[in-house]
Amino acid sequence: MNYNFQFHDVFAAWPLLLQGTWITIQLSLTATVLGLAVAIVCAWAKTSGPAPARWVVNAYIELIRNTPFLVQLFFFFFALPALGLRWSAHAAALVAMVVNLGAYATEIIRAGIESVPRGQIEAGLALNLKRHQVFRHIILKPALKAIYPALTSQFILLMLSSAVVSAISADDLTSVAANLQSQTFRSFEIYIVVTGIYLALALAFSALFRFVYQLTLNYPDRR
Amino acid sequence: MRTFGFPEFLFILEAAKWTIALSMIAFAGGAVGGLLVALGRTSENAFARRAAAVFVQIFQGTPLLLQLFLVFFGGPVLGVDLNPWIAAGIALILNTSAFLGEIWRGCIQAIPHGQTEAAHALGLHYFARMRDVILPQAFKIALPPTVGYMVQVVKGTSLAAIIGFAEVTRAGQIINNATFQPLIVFSLVAAIYFALCWPLSLLAARMERRQAAALAR
Repeated sequence: MNYNFQFHDVFAAWPLLLQGTWITIQLSLTATVLGLAVAIVCAWAKTSGPAPARWVVNAYIELIRNTPFLVQLFFFFFALPALGLRWSAHAAALVAMVVNLGAYATEIIRAGIESVPRGQIEAGLALNLKRHQVFRHIILKPALKAIYPALTSQFILLMLSSAVVSAISADDLTSVAANLQSQTFRSFEIYIVVTGIYLALALAFSALFRFVYQLTLNYPDRR
Repeated sequence: MRTFGFPEFLFILEAAKWTIALSMIAFAGGAVGGLLVALGRTSENAFARRAAAVFVQIFQGTPLLLQLFLVFFGGPVLGVDLNPWIAAGIALILNTSAFLGEIWRGCIQAIPHGQTEAAHALGLHYFARMRDVILPQAFKIALPPTVGYMVQVVKGTSLAAIIGFAEVTRAGQIINNATFQPLIVFSLVAAIYFALCWPLSLLAARMERRQAAALAR
């Protein structure tokens, strides 16, 4: 192996990499919050909505889960503008991520709602708790606890798959890497550093999620 | 400028065979790698456990796209020029190995420990114990999630388009650049993936339901 590694150009560009990292985090967090809002509505429609709403939600979930994120991204970025909707790469990336996460999170949230036994809700009502008290004290916390692992790993998956938005030159971390690559031609050095940043992000977020779990949801289950 | 006609439709449809071929390579290679990872993760050897865990952590903790870039641009570093075919194949095999390995580790660990002890008591060594006792039982549990994971493999091959491998997504990009009819082109591309993935999803869900029913008895 006679390759001469040159990391100088990569580390010289650290402000750009830092900015790209921040945009990746920001995109993922925003997409998660908005995607969860979509998912809550869809989960409600799927569990207790009218039949046509259930069909629409089912079609949405199947369509998103059985096509690649890259193709969804191309659809939002190239196909929708052909219909007259003009938007930036960043906006298209965000919308594609929201739509993608929404489909996966709908199934997770539905499972959470269904994980609380009906008898517990009836018991709460029998104890003369108000509807919102039943929701707050009986449904919310166990449901959150049930879906927490799936939801947090979905967030990390979304953050990692957001690297794909560089294909439409959004301004995320991988796009920054691609720009640097075309300026300096140190492809391998750049991508190994950026891959390291993603790994650090994934590890940091999963540590953070574990910490939050210990703090808030770590109570013994009924066996 | 070309318009989107039957030849363009055929061009994209034909590229589906490369998507299928790449998926099959990734799955076949990933199955071998995944078995090694799963056996490593459940091994009695601390070093094998550690090495497999690090492998999984790296491939599950970084984007598939960057794994693809690293293999593609890493080839020249080692002095070999990789074409997109080989680079995509290697990256997808490694990635699939990590994910299938984790799925199968869970299935192996789901087999009651008494089975291992019984195999020990019968004087079976590691190889015979795995081949004749543990893995056949784990295989049954592993089947539905493995079929489900095949969907992820097929979808993952779309990223090979970014390094220039001419599968369905790349064919769509090429036709779109020539015809400027993105709505038809990317709807068709999405429809092809859907046609490949949906039957697998349905099959996985069906197998899962049947298994749940069998376990509930």
